[in-house]
This record gives sequence, C-alpha cells and structure tokens, in this order.
Amino acid sequence: MADTTYTFPIGPVHPALKEPTMFKFVMDGEVVVDVDVQPGINHRGIEFIGMRRNVLQTLHLAERICGICSIVHQYAFTLATERAAQVFEVPERAQYIRIIMAELERLHSHLLWAGVAAHELGFDTLLHLSWKIREDVQDVLEIISGNRVNYAMYYPGGVRRDIPPEKIPRIKKVLDHYKENFQMLADTFLGDPVIKHRTVGVGTLSKKDAIATSTVGPTTRASGVMKDVRFDQPYDAYADIDIKPVIPSNYGFEDAGDVYANIVVRLIEVAQSIEIIEYALDNMPSGPYRAEMNVNKVLMMLRKADGEGFGIHEAPRGEMCHYVRLKENQDNLDAWKVRASTYNNILAWQKKLIGQQIADVSIVAASIDPCIGCMDRVAVVDSRTGKEKIMTDVDFHRLSVEKTKRLRK
Amino acid sequence: MNEEIIKLGFALIYGIATILAVIFLGLLYKGIDRKLAARFQSRVGPPIRQPFRDVSKLFMKETITPENSVSWIFHSMPLIAFATALLIILYLPIGPFAPILGEYGDLILIVYLLAIPSLAIAVGGFSSGSPVATIGAQREMVLMMSYEFPLAIVVLSLAWLANINATGNAFALGTFTANPVWEMVGIVGAMGLVLLLASIFVVLTSELSKLPFDIPEAETELAGGVFAEYSGRDMAMFYLADAVKSFAMVTLVVALFFPYNLSPWIISQFGVELPAIMGIPIAAYVIDLLFFLFKVFIIMFFAVTFVRVSLARLKIDKASYIYLVPTTIIAIMGMVFIYMGSAL
Repeated sequence: MADTTYTFPIGPVHPALKEPTMFKFVMDGEVVVDVDVQPGINHRGIEFIGMRRNVLQTLHLAERICGICSIVHQYAFTLATERAAQVFEVPERAQYIRIIMAELERLHSHLLWAGVAAHELGFDTLLHLSWKIREDVQDVLEIISGNRVNYAMYYPGGVRRDIPPEKIPRIKKVLDHYKENFQMLADTFLGDPVIKHRTVGVGTLSKKDAIATSTVGPTTRASGVMKDVRFDQPYDAYADIDIKPVIPSNYGFEDAGDVYANIVVRLIEVAQSIEIIEYALDNMPSGPYRAEMNVNKVLMMLRKADGEGFGIHEAPRGEMCHYVRLKENQDNLDAWKVRASTYNNILAWQKKLIGQQIADVSIVAASIDPCIGCMDRVAVVDSRTGKEKIMTDVDFHRLSVEKTKRLRK
Repeated sequence: MNEEIIKLGFALIYGIATILAVIFLGLLYKGIDRKLAARFQSRVGPPIRQPFRDVSKLFMKETITPENSVSWIFHSMPLIAFATALLIILYLPIGPFAPILGEYGDLILIVYLLAIPSLAIAVGGFSSGSPVATIGAQREMVLMMSYEFPLAIVVLSLAWLANINATGNAFALGTFTANPVWEMVGIVGAMGLVLLLASIFVVLTSELSKLPFDIPEAETELAGGVFAEYSGRDMAMFYLADAVKSFAMVTLVVALFFPYNLSPWIISQFGVELPAIMGIPIAAYVIDLLFFLFKVFIIMFFAVTFVRVSLARLKIDKASYIYLVPTTIIAIMGMVFIYMGSAL
C-alpha cells in the first residue's frame, strides 16, 4: 500500500475552500486513504480583543467573527450576557423580533449554502439561481436593519430596532414569493440526475459516528440524530412555537448522512423557517422592544453584574455557544469563549472523507457548511526555535488547571 | 516554374489569412459563448470582446516556470497544442473555401491531429511537477482514451458510407463536401446518421473540455488541474489553442454532416445571378461564409453553451463510463443502421 499512495494537499488557499484551512490527503489513485485536517490558519484572536472592551463594544465585535453567520454570534453572546447579568427582563415583542431575525438569517444562510454546494459540483447555473432567490431575503434584512450583513439587531435586554407594522406586508410578500419558488428549487436540487449521482452515498456519516463526533446542526440531523437547540432547550419565543428537528426520514428520505441528506435537511429547514417567521409575524405582541433604552444605564447594569452565563443558539450550521463571565466593577468582560458549530462539525470531515474520490472532496467538505472564520479559536504557536509542538489533551488539561489557579489568586 | 511560385505564394497568403481569421473567430465564439451562458444564468456576463482582452493580458503577464518542472517540455507543450490546433484548420473546409492542405491529408489525419492538443495538455500537466496538475493530466488521459473510441466509430462509419456511395477517396473531406452524407442514405441510414451525430455531440463537449466534462480542469476540485502551473504566455497559448480547437472541432462536424452551402439554393430558388468580380463569385462567397458561421454558431450553442449551463460536473469514472458504454453503443447502432440502410 505504501508504494502506491501519495500525499495531496488542499489548502490553505484553494477554490474549493471559501476560507483558509488545510487538508493533507493520503491518496491511492483518485481515492482518499487518509486525511489530516490542519485548521488554525484563520485565527484572529477575537476573544482576546473582546476581553479588552466593554460588553456593548464586544457585542458588535462578536457579530464580526463571521460575515455569513454574523447574527448568530450576536444572538448567542446576548443570551450569554443576559444570563450572566440576570438583570434584564426581555420584553415579549423583542423575543419575537429576535427569532424573526434568526430565522431570516437561516433562510439566507441555507440558500447561500445551496448555491455554494451547486458551485462545488460545477453547476454554476444553480448557484446563480439560488443566489438570485437569496437576494430577496437580503432585501428584507436590509429593510428591517438597514444592512445586508452585520444587522446589529440584538442588545442586552431586547433588540436595537423594532419591526414597525408598515414593514410587515413587504416581508410577507417575500415569504409568499419563496413559497411559490420553493418547489422549483427543491425539484432542481433533489430531482436532478447529475446532482443525485454526485451526492447520493457521497460523504456518508453514520448515526453512530454522528453521535460519537458530537456533530451539530444539519450535519447531525442528516444522519438522523434528533438534535436542535430550538427543540431541546427552547429560548426566547421559540418556546411558543412547536419546532420539530428536521430529519430526512420524517420526509420520506434516507437518514444516510450523505451530501444528499444534507441538501434535504437544509431545503426543508428553509420551508420550516418560512413557517416560523410567518407565525412570529402574526403572533408578535405589541409593547416595548427593549428593557432599558438608555445606553449608559445598560452599561451601569452590566458593570454591577457579577456572574457567568452560557448562551446557546441554533445557528444555521448548528449549535452555537458563547460563554461570558462578568465581574463586578469591571467594564470589560472577565472571560469570553466562543464555540462555533463548525468546531464540532469538522470532526465529521475525517469520517466523511476517507474512501471518497478526490472529485468529491470539495462537496463533502462543503456539506457541513464549514465556517472557518467562526471556528478557528485556537492557535498553535511555533516556539522561538521554529519547532512545532503538537498539543495533546493532556497538555490542554494541564494548561487549563494552571490558568484556573492563576485566575483564583 | 513561375506559375508554381505564384501558386505557392498565394497558398501561403491564403493560409496565413485563414489562420488569423480562425484565431479571431475562435475568440469571438468564445466571447459569444460566455455572454450567452451568462444570460442563461441571469448574469450580465463579460463583454463579447473579453477573450481578446484575456489573451492580450496573458501575453503581458510574467511566465513562471515551476521549480520542479521539466522546463523544456513544460514550455514547449503550449506551442505544440497551439500549432496543432492551427494545423487542423488548414485541413478543414471553411464554408465555401476548400482546405489548403486538403490534398495532403484526410480524415484519419485530422482525428490524430485532434488528439494532439489534448495530449500536449496532459504532457504539460505531468511535466509541471504539481500534484494537482498530475491528477488533472491523468484525468485528461483517461477521458481521451474514453472518447476516442466513439469518435473513431463515427469517422469510420462515414468513411465506409462514402466508400460505397461516392467516387473519390473515402477519407478525404472533399468527398463529404461534394456528396453530403444525408443524400447517400435512405430513411434507415438517416436514422443511423442521427445516432452518429448524437454521439459526436457528446464527444464534442469532452473534446473541448467543457462542462460537464471539464474534469481535467475542475476548478473547484483541482484548482485548474492541468493548467494549475501555467501562466503568462504559456497560458495564452493554451487559451488560443482551445479557442481554435473548438472552432476546428465544430467545423469538422459541419463539414461531415452539414456541408451545404446557401448560394446554390438561392440561385436555383430565385433565379438571380449573384454578382462576381473578375470571375470570383464574391457575393456567393460572402453568403456561404456567413451561412457557415451561422451553422458553427448553432452547433456551438447546442453542444457547448446549452450543455454547460444545464449540467453539473461528472466524476471521472462516470464520464469514462458514459463514453465507453452508452456513447459507444449509440455510435455502433448508428453504424449498424447505416449498414442496414445501404444493404437494403
């Protein structure tokens, strides 16, 4: 075997990867024998920057962790901050606006992914079709927040902007337009013979492996695992809505965990999101949209707060966690930890990629919808001598214990 | 003696003019293809003159030699590809104009010459010493081995048909221009010809390495594959070779299947005398050339543009299978139909 294999690198910069990360493949002909994923190239030290600013500044910094899933970081960060401070009573209207924004984000993210997946398959017409459809939700986001990305909507104790009633018909118009076009998109993605040939049975992840690697979001649901934060531990207005995790077998497809199942899950979630937004728009109660309007008061409340909070949000890519610790009489965050969904999902890459052809690598890599900008939180720093040291879990445990001891002093 | 020199000089000028015209037309068709594909995908698309800009820009760019490449092979392959593509053109009739080298080569030579640009691309890929290009080159070879067989069947069937029905060299393109294949066959034979045309359409896409058979380049998998290491002048040569070869390949299909000219029809239908200057029927030439360009456009539109916007890229094993099994079966069926048509 050793004589016939060769190594084949993909990355750090490659057209198949939208963000820099590194794959080293051991190949036998066109077939992947082994793969080594080496992330860490896109690390920007955002947590470090955030811990030197006050909570409201970090709120906007959190949004800029990632351009595509901007709002999910802000949502999880806001939830974590509120739970840490425990002084904010989030008005019900704000809770509804929050989930409307989160679901609009899911709509645009899934449509974006659909386009990227089509492009990875070399089907550029479908890429342009999906992104043309996606423009409508971008318009809605712009109408609500004034921005196509980085909406800056969340705020400790509510949201920054209301959705006034006169904007609701425009949003509903787009949703109706989506419902009309959804079937066309679904037929193209799920019925096209070439797409089927390229995706069915490609990059499979068994249910057992999905649980073992603790994947999250559509990646794990495509394998048939019932896992959805909105369902498992509902927050905000999600508690009012009956959400069922989308798994392919409930809709007459196979829980294969392959690329096709991923497409199925994401497409059905688009339909689900449209339903949630419609429900939320119809049932949104009137009232204030923020608990405390005065920024300085909010800052004072956060300054007085002492405690830690854990915010989890079901991002388009899966469970997104922010950990925040606030200390009394301290403006900046005492601790901030981000664990993006891609961090869990890249573990599935190895299981999915081994045994695939090189032609499938890009679509399999894309099937988890990787967001490297979100994920790269740990940097492996070369020592001054230029030697690389690979950290094991033992090292990390030792460092964690040392850090905890230092913090306690 | 003097007459021969004049004849030679005329052929030389004619040849150079043809080459320049074909380079221009090849790039023009590329531009039209890109614009149409863009409109299909509801994009604005590049202006039609974009390929000309691309080539002139590539010629200005630095030509990089990769560190572990075999540099003389690496640099000579683009030239070989380009030169062969131009050579093919000289063997093909462009509209009303007979091929310059028509007497010196036949269909078999053209089929071999068509393989050379692809071979040059593969060898260039292997010599560049990059793993990406090597995989691309392997795929190019596999693809070539797959589509050459149906292509050979099509050419042989047509030659066999010409051999029993027409006078003259069965493999010469002139024979096909003088006796359109559709006139040699009955209904059964025509069905066979349709099948052959279908299989050559499938081969065409791959021969021009366009989607869904652009597997050797596969932007999202291999980052340009065989061309990954090429830049500057070398890349421009491949670009031009591709443009010229696309034109040549479609011209071959036109010459084999649709060699009709419009001017005889106009003369017979309307009874008009087309103006001529010094015995050269200029008006007829212009009409026939435009009609020929229109035929090329139609075939390019259906075989390249339309196909590449409506399909996703196939995997190499599937692509190879498509050529070796279904396309070959269709071609053989066409062959059998033609045989039956002639035997009846």
